[in-house]
Amino acid sequence: MDLTHYLILSMLLFLTGAAGFIIKKNVISMFLCLELMLNAVNLAFVAFSKHLNQVNGQIIVFLVMVVAAVEAAVGLAIMIVLYRNRGTLSVDDADTMKW
Amino acid sequence: METVLFYLFGGIALLAAISVVAQKRVFYSAMSLVVCLCAISAEYLLLNAPFIAAVQVIVYAGAIMVLFLFVIMLLDPFSAAVIRDKKKYLSYLAILLGAFALILLYPVLNSFESAPTPRGMELAGSGSIGQIGQALFSEYLLPFEVTSVLILIAIIGVVVLASRRQS
Repeated sequence: MDLTHYLILSMLLFLTGAAGFIIKKNVISMFLCLELMLNAVNLAFVAFSKHLNQVNGQIIVFLVMVVAAVEAAVGLAIMIVLYRNRGTLSVDDADTMKW
Repeated sequence: METVLFYLFGGIALLAAISVVAQKRVFYSAMSLVVCLCAISAEYLLLNAPFIAAVQVIVYAGAIMVLFLFVIMLLDPFSAAVIRDKKKYLSYLAILLGAFALILLYPVLNSFESAPTPRGMELAGSGSIGQIGQALFSEYLLPFEVTSVLILIAIIGVVVLASRRQS
C-alpha cells in the first residue's frame, strides 16, 4: 500500500471526528470525537514514518498518546464538576463562564 | 493480501467512526470508538509499527476508554434523557465541506508519492522497538521527561478538580 491511501483514510477519519465535534451537543460525545481526530493524526504520523523510513514519527505518536491520556483525565474531571454544578452535560446549557 | 487487509480494517475504522458520530447514546458511541481504535491498531501493524499497535490497544482501548466508560456510568446512565442534537442542517453542511476539503487536498496528498525517501535510521521489519527505545532515551529524552511532569500536573489537577466539595 502506498502513502496516499493511508493519508486519505486518515483524513476521512479526521473529517468524521471534526464533523462530530461540530454536530454533537453532549460534552462526552464531543470528547470522543476529539479522540477520533487525534487517532487520525497518529495514523498519518505512522504512515509517514513508514514512508520516510524513520522512527521519529512513531515517537511523536507515543507522545501524542500520553498527551491524549492526560487531556482525557483532566477533561473528564472538568465534566464531573460541570455536571455537579449544572446537572446537565449539554454544552448549550454551559454558556456562562461564572454562575 | 496487504491491500485486502488495508481496505478491510480501513472500512471497519471508517464505519465505526461514522457510528461514533451517528449514535444517539454516548455509551454506544464509546463502544464504536473502541472498535475504531482496534481497527486503527491493525493498520499500525500493516505499517510495520508493532509497538505503536500494542500501545494503542493497551493505553487507548484499554485505559482511556475505560476512563470514559466510568465517567459515562457516573454521569449519563441509560435512564437519563438523550441530549438532542439541534441544528440538523449543520451535519449536512459538515459533510459537504468535508467532501470539498477532500477534493482540495487530494493533489497535496498525492504529491508525497514522488518524493524520494531519505536514508535515515533504517526501520528493520519488526525489530523497530529497540530503535524506538534508543531514540526515545537519547534524541527525545527531554520531551520524554517533560511528559512525566505533564502527567504529574494532570494527576494533581484531576484530584483537585474532582474532589472539591460544593460550597
